[in-house]
Formats: sequence, C-alpha cells, structure tokens
Amino acid sequence: MNDVHNEKGTNKSLSLFFKSSFIVSAVIIVISSILLYFTFTFDIVPPILNRGIQPATFPKALLILIIGLTLLIYFISLKNPWKNEKKLPNSFYITLLSFVVFITVSKFLDFFLGIALLSIIVSYFWGERRIAYLLMISIIFPLIVFIFFETILGLRFPSGIITNLYYG
Amino acid sequence: MENLGLIFAPLFSYKLLIVLLFGTIFGLILGVLPGLGPTTGGALILPFTMTLDPLSAIVLLTAIYCAGTYGGAITAILINTPGTPAAAATCLDGYPLAQKGEAGRALGMATVSSVIGGIASVIVLIFFAPLLANLAYEFGQPEYFALAIFGLTMLASIGEGSPIKNLIAGAFGILISTVGKDFMTSIDRFTFGINELTEGIGFIPVVVGLFAISEMLTQSTLINQIFNRVALKAVKLPSIDDYKKTWKTIIRSSGIGSFIGVLPAEGGTVASLIGYAEAKRWSKKPEDFGKGSIEGIAGAEAANNAATGGAMVPTLALGIPGSATTAVILTGLIIHGVRPGPDLFREQPEFLYGIFGSMLIANILFFVLGFFGAKIFARITLVPNKLLWPMIFAVSVCGTYSLNQSIIDVWLMLLFGVIGFFMRRYGFSVVPVIIGLILGELVEGTLRQSLVIFDGNWLMFLQRPIALTFFVLSLIALSFPLIKRKKKNDKV
Repeated sequence: MNDVHNEKGTNKSLSLFFKSSFIVSAVIIVISSILLYFTFTFDIVPPILNRGIQPATFPKALLILIIGLTLLIYFISLKNPWKNEKKLPNSFYITLLSFVVFITVSKFLDFFLGIALLSIIVSYFWGERRIAYLLMISIIFPLIVFIFFETILGLRFPSGIITNLYYG
Repeated sequence: MENLGLIFAPLFSYKLLIVLLFGTIFGLILGVLPGLGPTTGGALILPFTMTLDPLSAIVLLTAIYCAGTYGGAITAILINTPGTPAAAATCLDGYPLAQKGEAGRALGMATVSSVIGGIASVIVLIFFAPLLANLAYEFGQPEYFALAIFGLTMLASIGEGSPIKNLIAGAFGILISTVGKDFMTSIDRFTFGINELTEGIGFIPVVVGLFAISEMLTQSTLINQIFNRVALKAVKLPSIDDYKKTWKTIIRSSGIGSFIGVLPAEGGTVASLIGYAEAKRWSKKPEDFGKGSIEGIAGAEAANNAATGGAMVPTLALGIPGSATTAVILTGLIIHGVRPGPDLFREQPEFLYGIFGSMLIANILFFVLGFFGAKIFARITLVPNKLLWPMIFAVSVCGTYSLNQSIIDVWLMLLFGVIGFFMRRYGFSVVPVIIGLILGELVEGTLRQSLVIFDGNWLMFLQRPIALTFFVLSLIALSFPLIKRKKKNDKV
C-alpha cells in the first residue's frame, strides 16, 4: 500500500515538470540566465569616463527582475494552476516550417521565391486546393507587392535568381 | 486657445482629405478583419508613410486608429467575433440583438455611440493635451524617469491579464531596447557579433512580428473554425426611444473611455469592458444584458472609441504612448523627425491642431462610411484566411524589409512572431512589450542622466516632489490588483 502511495506521489511530483507553468517559467529563467551571463562579458567603462552606471548594470537589473517575477508567477501557479492549453494542430507546425523554408530560400535563392513558396505552402495546408487561387496567391500577389514597393517606394530588394531577372 | 481655428485647416486641404478618406476606409477594413486591427495595420503602413509629409503621415495613422477601433464592432455584431480586442464587449449584446433580426439597429447604435465617444475624446484631447504639455515643462530627467515607471506600472495593473505577466512583458520590451550600442558609452550590448544589431532592434520588426506574424500562427490553429454570420439588410439610425434609453450611458462611457485612454494601457479594450460593466450597473434593466441590450452596445462602443482621443493625450504631450496603436503613431512621429512633448505644442501648433482636426473629421467620415457601407465592409470577412494571411505575410515581409533594407529585420520579425504566439498562448499580453520597447530608451536614459545629476545618490529621486508623486502613484498602481483581488475574495 505504501508503495502505491509513494508511486502516486512520485507521479504527482513528476507531473509538475510537464505543466505549462513550469515549462514556461523554466524557459524564461534559462534564457534570462544565459543573457545575464552575457552581461558579464560587456566591456567595462573606466571610472573616469563612466557617467552614472556601467552599461551592463541596467540590463542586469532587468534580467534579475524578469527572473524574480517569473519565480513569483511559478509559485502563484502552484496555488492557482494555469488552464490547460489544447495541443497544437499540424497546421501550426506546417506554418512554422514554412517560415524556415522562407528564411532558407530567401537567403540562398531568392527573396520573392521564398514569399511565393511560403504562400503556396500556407494556403495549401490551410485548405486551399484551387490551382487558380494558389497561383494568384503565390505569383500574382507577390508580383503586385514587388512592383508596388519597387516603383512607389523605390526599394531595391536583395538579389536572387528571380529578382536578378528584373534588375538585369 | 488662439490655435483652435487651426483645427479646421484639414478641411481646406484636398490632400489631407484624400489621406483621411483612405485612412478611414483602410482602418475600417482592418477593424473588420478579425486578428488584424489598427495596431498591426498602422505598423504595416508605416513604411508607406515615408512617401508623405509628416502631417499627412500622422493624419493617415490617426484615421486608421479611429476607424479601425469602430470597425471591430461590425464583425462583433454580425459574426460574434470581435474584429479588434476593443470590440470584445460589443459581442456580448451586439450578436444576440443581431440574432433577433435587429442587426441594423445594433450596428446603428454602435455607429452613433462610437462617433459620440470618439468626438468627445477629441474634445478632451484638444483641451487636456496642451495643459499636460504645460505641466511637462516642469519635468527634468528624474521626473521623466518616474513618469515612465508610472506608465509601465499602470500598464501592468490595469492592462488585460495577470499584472505580473504584464510586468515581465514590459521588462522584456525594455530589455529589447538595450540591444545595440549603448547610447552613452558606445559599448556593444547583446549584439553577439552581428553588425546589423549594433544599431539596435527596430520597432517595426517587433510590432509586425508580435501582432501580424503571431496572429498568423494563431490563425493556423483555427483553420477549421466556422463563423455563423447574421444577414444585414441596412444599418438603421437609433430610434428616439433608443436614444432615451442610452444617452446617459453614452455620456458616461465617453467619460470613462477618455479617462482610461489617457492612462498607459490597452486603452480601448479596458475602456470598453469598464464602459459595459458600468452601463449594466446603472441600467434599469440589467437582466437584459447579454441578451441583446441596446445599452450594452452603446456602453462598450462609446467607451472604446473615446479611448482613442484619450490615448493621444500622453502620446503628444509627453511622448509616452497611451496604447499599442499610439505607440505606432509615436514611432511614425519619430521617424518623420517630429519629437512629441511640450516643445511641439509651442513650436508647431499648426501640426498638432491639424491632427486634432483630422481626428474629428475621421470620426465623422467613419460614421458616414459605417452607416452606408457596413454591409460592404462586412463582406470583407468573406475573404478566407487561407488566402488572406499569405497576402498579409507578403506585405509584412516587404514592409519590414523596406525601412532599413535589412534581411535581418525580416528574420527578427519572424522570431518575434513566434515569441508573440507563445506569449499569447500562455497568457502574456504583447502590448507591454511594445510600450516597454518604446519607453526603454527613455527609462534607461533618464535614469542614468539623473544619476549623473545626483552624483550617484539614488535617494535624491525622493527629494523631487513630482518624481516622488509618480513613484507613490506607481506603488498604488502595483497594489491595485492586490486590493481588487482581496475585495473579490471578501465578496465571495
């Protein structure tokens, strides 16, 4: 019997680690701690040139404040747990993936090809199956945006395999 | 007072009238589309304003702000989804009334109360902003530091959601402002060897990311959502009986909205909730609320539009934004070389009164366009998300790229989009991040300069009466949620 109680107790304490309040607090604290570490690598101004406080002091204070407040929300969440969030659907992950595709394509191939690919991926996986609409969203609309920015704002987009055709 | 005549100047400029008309139509479209809104729309259009003169640019942004705030009511009433967060309270009675076959009456009341609230708040702006600006002449660096702290604490305490989470978000916003070369010593902070970061993180990638891209990710989780639309024949002006029922509510909510708007927070959203709650408290028929009460619609809509003028007061008089959208407007002012504050009132009255006049005209324009065009604007919601959001993405990417022609800005925008999505998912508002980012330089700059003045003695802050007052008010603001919770527990 005691074993069963112990096992239940262990599960309960383990489940704490999978609660969103714990995960969110942990992520904030870890990132803040890493950034806090970096503040110790900032250059130090010699006292004769220093006006007021060192450049690292203010960000340090902010990061300590963030860590302190995060600990506070975590301890409050033990009394008043956060509501459970629904599992994220596949469409979310595909949209997130399309961002990665956009970054990669825009960096190595072409900015507008990146936009076109993202548009077609998002539109298709969000349920659009009509070819004409997919073409409109991935080719015609980015083309309109390109012409608009290029002519009205006089903007020069990064060179790439497609934009080079225009710039020559 | 001698400058009041300048209010009518925009009426005599065909260019400004065209800008106003465009801004109002664009604002209505943004307001109608759930997930977009005046903040995102304003941020998206900021790069385009570079082709305009400063007054036209700010007139465009303020027209979007006024019309976008009202536009949210159209979707709130017809599809039970607030076009903007400020229209959330309008759903409570707007949609039930529309379901009873009275969508035209509901929209008519929303339109009239929005216009009255909006115009009342512009009058508050015209008279109160110069007074506040005069007061700000007394402010030195320590006072501005205390004021910025007060703004952030108010944001945490009366904003939506948990005050502690709001404070974390605000501190995060200020932290973002520290990226780049330290303005006093030129020492790199959080640049990680990336040259583009030495200039700091721009406002546009953060705003577009936190609002537009995070909303795109949110919409990606809702692709199977079905909206139940209520048919609209025509918008009807309220009857005499409706006016009799609601005039007190409209006046009360206009006052509430203007006051809440002046405080730095999510002005319209908070104002509409308080306006609605007060309308219910004072109503002779509180039991009708939630079932299609015309007073409920009037209370919420007059308050959220009244917050627009109120939020412009600290923005123009002190350079402290009263809401997320006014943070965008403030950025617009800065990138056009206009520094808000008391000097602006003394040196460029024609510019300021032009903005005041344009806001008045924008309110009248959205009344006309809303009254005759609500049916057309409602049809915009028929554009499916699977087509709309890729288009918004393309505009977001190009708009963000255009300001500095920097691909790093585009990547930052995407990064902040993901951060914004998770922040909203776990109950952190993104608005304090924006306000924190805007106020960050002011907070740090004034703190460090004050310490130079005080020779490093922190206690000197307490010897300045105005600064001390703001610190005491900050403490009150921070304890306000605790008092509210204790009162609630006592009631239970």
